[in-house]
Amino acid sequence: MTERDEVWKVNRAKDGEDKPFESNLPKHGEIGQMLLPIAGFGITLRNFFKPTVTEQYPREPAKLEKRYHGRHQLNRYPDGLEKCIGCELCAWACPADAIYVEADSNEPDAQYSPGERYGRVYQINYLRCIFCGLCIEACPTRALTMTNDFELAGPTREGLIYEKDDLLAPLEDGMLAAPHPMVPGTTDNDYYRGDVLATAQSQVDWVKEHRPEDPTIETAQKAGSRG
Amino acid sequence: MTAVDENKQAVETVTLTIDGIETTVPKGTLIIRAAEEIGVDIPRFCDHPALEPAGACRQCLVDVAAPDREGNVRPFPKPQPSCTMTVMNGMVVNTQHTSESAKKAQEGVMELLLINHPLDCPICDKGGECPLQNQAMSHGRSETRFVDVKRVYEKPLALSSEVLLDRERCVLCQRCTRFSKEIAGDPFIDLQNRGAMQQIGTFNEDVLEFEGYEPLAASAEDESGRPFSSYYSGNTIQICPVGALTSAAYRFRSRPFDLTSSAGISEHDSSGSALRTDHRRGKILRRLADNDPVVNEEWLSDKDRFAFTWQNQADRLTRPLVRNEDGELVEASWPDALAAAAQGLKAAATPADEDTAAAGVGVLPGGRVTMEDAYAYGKFARAVLGTNDVDTRTRVASDEEQAFLGAKVAGTGIGVTFTDLEKAPAVLLVGFEPEDEGGVVFLRMFKSVGKQDVLTVAPFLSRGSEKLGATLIATAPGGEAEALGTLTSEQREALSVEGAVIVVGERVAGSAGALTAAVKLSEETGAGLAWIPRRAGERGAVEAGALPGLLPGGRSVADAGARAAVASAWGVESLPATEGRDAAAIVSAAIDGEIGALLVGGVTASDVPGLAEAVEAAPFVVSIEVRMSDVAANADVVLPVAPPSEKSGTFVNWEGRLRSFATAIRTQAVSDHRMLAMIARELGVELGTAVLEGATAELAALGADDSQRPAARAVAAGEQLTAEGDALVLATWHLLVDDGALQDGEPYLAGTGRTAVARVSAATAESLGVSSGSLVTVGEGDEPIELPVVVTDMVDGVVWIPTKSPGSWVVDSLGASAGDVVRVRGVAR
Repeated sequence: MTERDEVWKVNRAKDGEDKPFESNLPKHGEIGQMLLPIAGFGITLRNFFKPTVTEQYPREPAKLEKRYHGRHQLNRYPDGLEKCIGCELCAWACPADAIYVEADSNEPDAQYSPGERYGRVYQINYLRCIFCGLCIEACPTRALTMTNDFELAGPTREGLIYEKDDLLAPLEDGMLAAPHPMVPGTTDNDYYRGDVLATAQSQVDWVKEHRPEDPTIETAQKAGSRG
Repeated sequence: MTAVDENKQAVETVTLTIDGIETTVPKGTLIIRAAEEIGVDIPRFCDHPALEPAGACRQCLVDVAAPDREGNVRPFPKPQPSCTMTVMNGMVVNTQHTSESAKKAQEGVMELLLINHPLDCPICDKGGECPLQNQAMSHGRSETRFVDVKRVYEKPLALSSEVLLDRERCVLCQRCTRFSKEIAGDPFIDLQNRGAMQQIGTFNEDVLEFEGYEPLAASAEDESGRPFSSYYSGNTIQICPVGALTSAAYRFRSRPFDLTSSAGISEHDSSGSALRTDHRRGKILRRLADNDPVVNEEWLSDKDRFAFTWQNQADRLTRPLVRNEDGELVEASWPDALAAAAQGLKAAATPADEDTAAAGVGVLPGGRVTMEDAYAYGKFARAVLGTNDVDTRTRVASDEEQAFLGAKVAGTGIGVTFTDLEKAPAVLLVGFEPEDEGGVVFLRMFKSVGKQDVLTVAPFLSRGSEKLGATLIATAPGGEAEALGTLTSEQREALSVEGAVIVVGERVAGSAGALTAAVKLSEETGAGLAWIPRRAGERGAVEAGALPGLLPGGRSVADAGARAAVASAWGVESLPATEGRDAAAIVSAAIDGEIGALLVGGVTASDVPGLAEAVEAAPFVVSIEVRMSDVAANADVVLPVAPPSEKSGTFVNWEGRLRSFATAIRTQAVSDHRMLAMIARELGVELGTAVLEGATAELAALGADDSQRPAARAVAAGEQLTAEGDALVLATWHLLVDDGALQDGEPYLAGTGRTAVARVSAATAESLGVSSGSLVTVGEGDEPIELPVVVTDMVDGVVWIPTKSPGSWVVDSLGASAGDVVRVRGVAR
């Protein structure tokens, strides 16, 4: 109890001492003292000869590291089927509760992903997302990854809730837009292991029959004939 | 006598040591339960407190040492399953917490169980609430040593349209097969094959590799085309400790962490089963059984579990509708709709032209209302509309029944209970099918199968009664009173044993004198008497006085003292003294133009003879409904109300137990009692039921007064109609899973229902010139019911068809009820 009182007493004693102020800054010689007011320009002059760090964004594209955590992307298998199985592990992992998923059953005439289950609704609320990337770590099929796109601004709140269509990866050449059946003779495990490498002709035929207007038929057909 | 025995058993205890903690438990306790009581957890899969021990999964291995004959405590050479071994004095148990060998054994078992278990947790419905997932984390090895290819099966295997089986996820704990055999009595699945290929399945020739072999008469009782089916199959999904059994309706719909769980009470039958509603963003995704030891234990019928989609169909009403000058129903504002309803009802209740025949309002609340809603309907009719024409019994009913309900049921509190029914040495069922009309009532009775004499007064032994080992007192509909009067002396003796119970169903009302005979039998033998109606709101409506001759608490309208008591409680000068018309009379009065308006609650037009016609004929109709129905479509004002999941209230189950439930999902929808209070306010009356508490407080304050009950009405047995030629006596009841309005929008559940058939006896079939499998038409007119015949061991001259199964809507097609005579003809192929 007395300890605090002791400190107080010591402080009072120090306050009472009549001692002039002493600066801690280093002391210079006479010339040094004279140059002090313009010494700061030295730094400016030195930087005249260094490369600039100022980025001319948005006139020039921003320079980003490859692993930059930007907007999410829902990936596809080489035949165009979606990797997302609607397991909601991303939503579970999300510390900001930014992800909303509703799964559903794949049907024979509406197969969106390999296996039985696919993500029917997939939403990421970019007003909530903190880009921590825990969802990417949680994803069991590598369906969810992050792109370098960081330009996520908009005039409405609704618009910043990205739907599945906004997040799905663009169809590369040779990919066939889902839904369509799996490559014949394969199981979902073959897809997970990465053994499915291209669109099969039968898949193209199926889409031709069910969605003859589909624009991806042509590119997929070409890739099929190459393969 | 039995109480003393139980006490003796209770004092016989055993003292043992578990993980160094000494504990004393009743003799015969399993080690795993004794450990639970002192807070020592042992991992388990197959163990379930309600099922017989199986020792199938071996996950609960513990080290046990027990005294030998000389009293030296000697350890068992190997770890023992704690779920099958009972305790003994001086036993020393070391679980995985204190024994390295037990821990190692459990880890080994877990490793074996996981060998063939797929790593598909991300797509498995059980993921997140899976005992295997949890215990693999808490009690398993941290790393797998298994490098080979896992066993795969074709998946999923549909055991029924509702239950799907993923065999590769199964750990063969046999909880589902034990439930089916022990609790439901429907052994529709079992273990097949041996060793690594052992699996659960229905009878499947491909799996069993039996070529061209068929089970002998296994499908004789079930017309759905499957060897077996069950009304309780949903419970196997809930008790499956892995994701092997999943529900087709819930498959891939959501994750446990998405769901908000709210406790509730089933709206489907009069048992008042406790259930848990899991919902996400205001949408119900599934319902599970809650554990209520005094009512439904841990089980639900499939109807309680799966039939919840009806309330969120596209035809759900959210805005009030009013018929405009062009005769079209259009959306209106709440004040306009309430004013229109009030004005129309007032005009009908107090007509300007005093000589008009079309005066007065008939109130039909329907049998699904809560007690508070029924009270509001009753009070609204009497205090606001000044009429006793209010009746929830939109089914077969009679004055004899009303007197019986007033004298023996209303305000009597808890009478015969589920436990009484289970422990009863003898049960006599009159006009009641425990499986089809009772749901969990059957499960309670099935617990005592073999220990209980079950007698059933019915035209034939239904599948449910057969499973209960019931003795059939073969009776054609209408002959119930006579059958009860002519029981054999042995049967009467069985019912005289203390604790015996007579159960009467609501259908008995259609058979004159049957209730009188049942009361007489109960008084003579001393057997308890239980009235088990079918719908959830029936008992509550009786308590709350929503019947034409009954005021709240079983008071008779005919009793001036009762009227005065209720009138003073309600703050009105007097109550109408003339006994009201019952539902059937209200309907026929409306058709004859003798009623000014109808106020109809949740009543399905196709369930009540003439209601559709009455709604069209009545000058003014107010429909208080959840969904657009045939009644609402023809009403003048439609007021939307909340379904049970969006409101709170109280169902009174058949025991007389109050089953209150809170709002699961908060919406803008209001309850019937509040809606009626709003209409009453338009008419300048404070009904006092605007909030639930108001209705409950008024009901509680009223209580019951035994001196004001109606006298039981002794009615002589009615004349029983007999068959002549192809005019047969109709027998019918509702199957549990059928086309009822509360089962709409659930195709998976509908798929487990039983196919509609027409049952006749062999002699009757011969006289009609039909045989099993051939078609008959029942009834006359444009659209008779056409069903395949099943020749059944039953009374001659009777045809049985289900009341509202697909293809067999008795009321809608025939307008007849049990005991009537219908024409049955064979259909030439």
